[in-house]
Amino acid sequence: MYAQLVETGVNRLQDREQMSPEERAFQDRIDAGIKIEPKDWMPEGYRKTLVRQISQHAHSEIVGQLPEGNWVTRAPTLKRKAILLAKIQDEAGHGLYLYGAAETLGVTRDALYADLLSGKVKYSSIFNYPTLNWADIGTIGWLVDGAAIMNQIPLCRCSYGPYSRAMIRVCKEESFHQRQGYDIMMSLCKGTPEQKQMAQNALDRWWWPALMMFGPPDADSVHSAQSMQWRIKLLSNDELRQKFVDQTVPQAEYLGLTIPDPDLKWNEEIGHYHFGPIDWSEFWEVVKGNGPCNRERLRTRVQAWDDGEWFRDALAAHAEKQAQRAAKAA
Amino acid sequence: MKEWPLWEVFIRSQHGLAHKHVGSLHAPDAEMAINNARDVYTRRNEGVSIWVVKAADIVASSPGDKAPLFEPANSKVYRHPTFFPIPDEVKHM
Repeated sequence: MYAQLVETGVNRLQDREQMSPEERAFQDRIDAGIKIEPKDWMPEGYRKTLVRQISQHAHSEIVGQLPEGNWVTRAPTLKRKAILLAKIQDEAGHGLYLYGAAETLGVTRDALYADLLSGKVKYSSIFNYPTLNWADIGTIGWLVDGAAIMNQIPLCRCSYGPYSRAMIRVCKEESFHQRQGYDIMMSLCKGTPEQKQMAQNALDRWWWPALMMFGPPDADSVHSAQSMQWRIKLLSNDELRQKFVDQTVPQAEYLGLTIPDPDLKWNEEIGHYHFGPIDWSEFWEVVKGNGPCNRERLRTRVQAWDDGEWFRDALAAHAEKQAQRAAKAA
Repeated sequence: MKEWPLWEVFIRSQHGLAHKHVGSLHAPDAEMAINNARDVYTRRNEGVSIWVVKAADIVASSPGDKAPLFEPANSKVYRHPTFFPIPDEVKHM
């Protein structure tokens, strides 16, 4: 998802008997649905896993601004441009909520950010794809934000208080993102044949990467099992992916667009859509850094950080000078 | 350059309500903290007033002391109005 392949540092799940008294009390609290707050005792693995997960999530929000930023100056109307700017500003806000949540776990934002810029910590694979035409902006809102919502709504109930509160804020705003995307798609699909073709072309390119966002099948993953026991992952990757397909297919039908999957078929028996196999080799290539835009995305973030240095320094110097003056006047 | 300090943000959502904690952010000084808080926490008219407080200046009770700290209230159920039965004939009280 926005946080993919999060390591928990465990090799296998602990039985209750193997837990220390503190760990047992901690797990009981989680099982009872009581939120864990920053100053509460927590196992080191829980803390570290959350830092990884929340910081990856935050990085995804920040890097996620880049594919859309590509279209700010090219938006077809002033209204679309203003809406796109508002959405991108929201993404920055979401990143900040999440860095704030991560910082309650005893890490600093600058240190987390340094790990993004050095390539040590990943962001979601989806943002390594290019936005080639205006319909891509519609498709990102519709599919990428739609997939994100699917993942983030359960996370509002996760066990860690600050993360759950950040997710609640994010979800409130995310719904606007998805609708503005679908609105762009509706306009294009009601437009000229060329415009409709643009919409189809964007769907063709984004469909499979959107399904990959949920991460590989995690039925056998010990990390997923541990994260579920800690209630920082609520639904499996495959469950979320299926929900997403079931929800999205009728939306594509309404637009009159064809989902690029010849195997896609409604299965009356199980009440879900059956869909074709996902090419996981593509996913792993993107995760390894070989997606179409990995290098460009990171280079852009690094440059933005470096270019902003004089400004950060100036603000800090100004604050220091003001504080000194105030001290002298007192 | 050292990191900007962390600020806790409190928003009054409407006139008449108390300020409520909404989250935190980094800023070099109080003025920038207010500006950033406006952009991060009130993009959709969520507030009519903002407080920012340096996170380092907040003193919090410790979760470990929760039991002894709040124990005195546990035995004083008579502080709640429902402790006192009022006959049905006495309608509003």
